[in-house]
Amino acid sequence: MQNNLYGILAEFDTATELVDAARHVRDAGYTKTDAFSPFPLHEIDEALGIKRSILPYLIFAGGITGLLSGIGLEYFVHVWDWPIIVGGRPHFSLPSFVPPAYELTILFAAFTAVFGMLFLNGLPSPYHPVFNVPRFALATREKFFLIIESADPKYDYEETRSFMESLEAQEVFDVEE
Amino acid sequence: MKGDKTLQEKLHPAMIEGDHTYASVTDKISDVTLKKRTPFHWFIGFGLAFMIAQLLLFTTIWLLANGIGIWGNNVPVGWAFDIINFVWWIGIGHAGTLISAILLLMNQKWRTSINRFAEAMTLFAVACAAMFPLLHTGRPWLAAYWLFPYPNTMGIWPNFRSPLIWDVFAVSTYATVSLLFWYVGLIPDLATLRDRAKNKYFKFVYAILSWGWRGSARHWHRYEITYLILAGISTPLVLSVHSIVSFDFSVSQVPGWHATIFPPYFVAGAVFAGFAMVLILCIPLRRWYRMQDFITHTHLVFMAKVMLATGLIVVYGYAMEAFFGWYSASQYEVFMIKNRIWEGPYWWSYWLLIFCNGLSIQLLWFKRFRESEFWLFVISIIVSVGMWLERFVIIVTSLHRDFLPSSWAMYSPTMFDISMFTGTIGFFFTLIYLFVRFVPIISIFEVRTLLPEANVHGHQQDFEENVNEVEYTYDRTDPPNN
Repeated sequence: MQNNLYGILAEFDTATELVDAARHVRDAGYTKTDAFSPFPLHEIDEALGIKRSILPYLIFAGGITGLLSGIGLEYFVHVWDWPIIVGGRPHFSLPSFVPPAYELTILFAAFTAVFGMLFLNGLPSPYHPVFNVPRFALATREKFFLIIESADPKYDYEETRSFMESLEAQEVFDVEE
Repeated sequence: MKGDKTLQEKLHPAMIEGDHTYASVTDKISDVTLKKRTPFHWFIGFGLAFMIAQLLLFTTIWLLANGIGIWGNNVPVGWAFDIINFVWWIGIGHAGTLISAILLLMNQKWRTSINRFAEAMTLFAVACAAMFPLLHTGRPWLAAYWLFPYPNTMGIWPNFRSPLIWDVFAVSTYATVSLLFWYVGLIPDLATLRDRAKNKYFKFVYAILSWGWRGSARHWHRYEITYLILAGISTPLVLSVHSIVSFDFSVSQVPGWHATIFPPYFVAGAVFAGFAMVLILCIPLRRWYRMQDFITHTHLVFMAKVMLATGLIVVYGYAMEAFFGWYSASQYEVFMIKNRIWEGPYWWSYWLLIFCNGLSIQLLWFKRFRESEFWLFVISIIVSVGMWLERFVIIVTSLHRDFLPSSWAMYSPTMFDISMFTGTIGFFFTLIYLFVRFVPIISIFEVRTLLPEANVHGHQQDFEENVNEVEYTYDRTDPPNN
């Protein structure tokens, strides 16, 4: 039968329908699932059982790295490499060193936030099997989609497809690999 | 405005007008970018801005060929148009970050439809601002080791105890983080453009720029975290940037600069100038591109109120400056204040400043002016002029009478000072016009969330079901009085 499928995709009209369907999918025991929406939906995290990302910890680590780099750079420049007294202040004049270190904290945290998010999301991914469904172009406009991947341990083409059809979806698609 | 609004409507004004759906919101905003025909007024505006921007090109070439002697600043007024314009532009940028970050953290929904172009305004204003400190070095190709700590063969490092190097870090971080914030906000909208574009070249470019975004729930989850944390770290960033800019002055000992009120007063002034510029941009934009449904009357009124509030803080700053001068009991400070306000040759600039920033905004107390696009536009222009004058007053009047009367002199700009400043205005509007043509001017995915159907229903129902279940279990396991 259909062996080279990436998964089965269902289309919904409203956010409420998507969230309800996602709850059913989760309750049925599927884990390799995903939802697609034209804007962020907070309810979907709970409905699909998405765990909280580790991203905030990475960003915190990025910020600390920035802070230490800033202080380290200033220490290296003004204490280690070329100590020179300016304005009668000590070599290690911490109050004056705060602003650059502070800015670097923010800079490193921001870089970690953006590139960490893209990396954890697996982006850039110019190709993805869901793009094979022509109607999927509406996911960035007005429609909501839910997918069960064929990699799911509970996946069985006939059963999963009929399950998806029972979710009151607008339409159910086979997504080719 | 109609007087028959209910209290509910007054407290929670609609942030989106007209009958809109996800699709109509998407089409209306993205069509501005995707439409084949560019409107005629775009060519007029872009052409004009681009022509004015040539002044910048011309002045820059002349400056690099001849050095900064072509400018009018000279001892004792060693800083003039270069830093006035720098501070003016960087201040304008601050409203963009305020709208995108601080209002996001405060859950102000009205930021949603103005944040995109306010952030673009920030980026372009910072680009114009950065031009001045770079070019005032005269030899910007050498500025690399003057400004940035990189290991060079001469073994020279910048001095981290100086506010000028703090400025380099603050402004470059600000520019970078603003760009990241703006771009992250754009990714889902670029994906929308990719999916809607008919032209295959545009489709390709938007596909590359959107990184293959597909709106996955897992992606949105991390995206929202990123967006919120970026807002969280941009808030202290934006407050620090103008504080550090004000340190350029207040850390020095020049009377008229050495004041502890500078950081908060500069930040308020920046937001004030920035909102004026947002209004200058958005009043014509919403008309030309018929975006009145998204940038409603309410938005304009809210911005007018922010402008009034920050303007009053700035006026308080002027009062405190004068008070500090008198209260310091330092003859230099007292002299500076007298000289600035009535005795000196630049007294007119001070009173013009009070008119622009202090008096003109008082009109915003009245509904009639606050709700009139025409008056808002006029007041915004007056405020922009006023905020430029503020920096002129602070910088020039403090410097032109320094401690040694024999070195007193007058300052007047040369034509190159003026052409360079005018050129950056042209450059700014050139970038704004390009932005309007190629990037969605309103954040589409965020406007979708404003629609009533974006709320997921059924929570209440779930809750009730759970409650029933609990009662049922209770009845079964522990029957009362039985």
